[in-house]
Amino acid sequence: MTITLNNRKETFHGGPMSIARIMEEKSFHFKMLIVKLNGKIISKEAFASTLVNDGDRLDIIHLISGG
Amino acid sequence: MYICIAKIEKLTVKENISTLLAEKCVGIAGAGGLGSNVAAALVRSGVGHLVIADHDTVSRGNLDRQFYFSDQKGHPKVYALQENLQRINSATRLTLFYGRVTTGNARQLFSGCHVVVEAFDMAPEKEWFALWMTENLPHIPLVMGSGIAGWGLSEKIRVQRSGNLYICGHQLETNEKEVPLMAPGVGLVAMIQADIVLEILLIKNDPSL
Repeated sequence: MTITLNNRKETFHGGPMSIARIMEEKSFHFKMLIVKLNGKIISKEAFASTLVNDGDRLDIIHLISGG
Repeated sequence: MYICIAKIEKLTVKENISTLLAEKCVGIAGAGGLGSNVAAALVRSGVGHLVIADHDTVSRGNLDRQFYFSDQKGHPKVYALQENLQRINSATRLTLFYGRVTTGNARQLFSGCHVVVEAFDMAPEKEWFALWMTENLPHIPLVMGSGIAGWGLSEKIRVQRSGNLYICGHQLETNEKEVPLMAPGVGLVAMIQADIVLEILLIKNDPSL
């Protein structure tokens, strides 16, 4: 399937995948994150159960201390 | 003759911008390295009203990157910032809150703003505030800072956009003990945040500009 991840097209083998698996594959290991799937905020608790489908838009934003 | 006309046209655009910005209100959550410098840039740009919230006082360690002076040590940052901003433009309206931004007061503080700038220190604060804003005030654009430590990373600084959320910074994980916050990097991200605010206030409100 092909999705838009952080404004870039990304292709993954196979069909729908959980957000948690995509984060694992793409090495998003930050503790503080904001995740939006098709514009909707997804809570941390739902990363494993929320499926990303072909054509979806996924935004994974790192939050880093310093201000 | 051509130059004269160009100058007149430019002036007209600038006057138009001044009129638009004078009517705008921008919220700034946190008055540290990002917030204090964003505030100064927005006052210089002519934004009419700022809502600034911060719970901290000025310390010596802040002076290497924040818009404060050595004789302001120990003063609450919001009041020290008010003093400094008024020296730039005494006509700017400032609403100040000396205390922590919480889920209990965020709506009261920021619901009247056209744009809000997130300028907190710690990632957990950034996270709850972004989630809270997206859920409770989704129509208000939020301009965040993330990844400002170190030096030599200016080419890595970028703006990630997702709907009404804008995240400015290099987004590289750094160990603050080894990679300190330095004035140029903090200033760069603050100026990018201020620039995004202007983009939202001007272009999104008046496509003819």
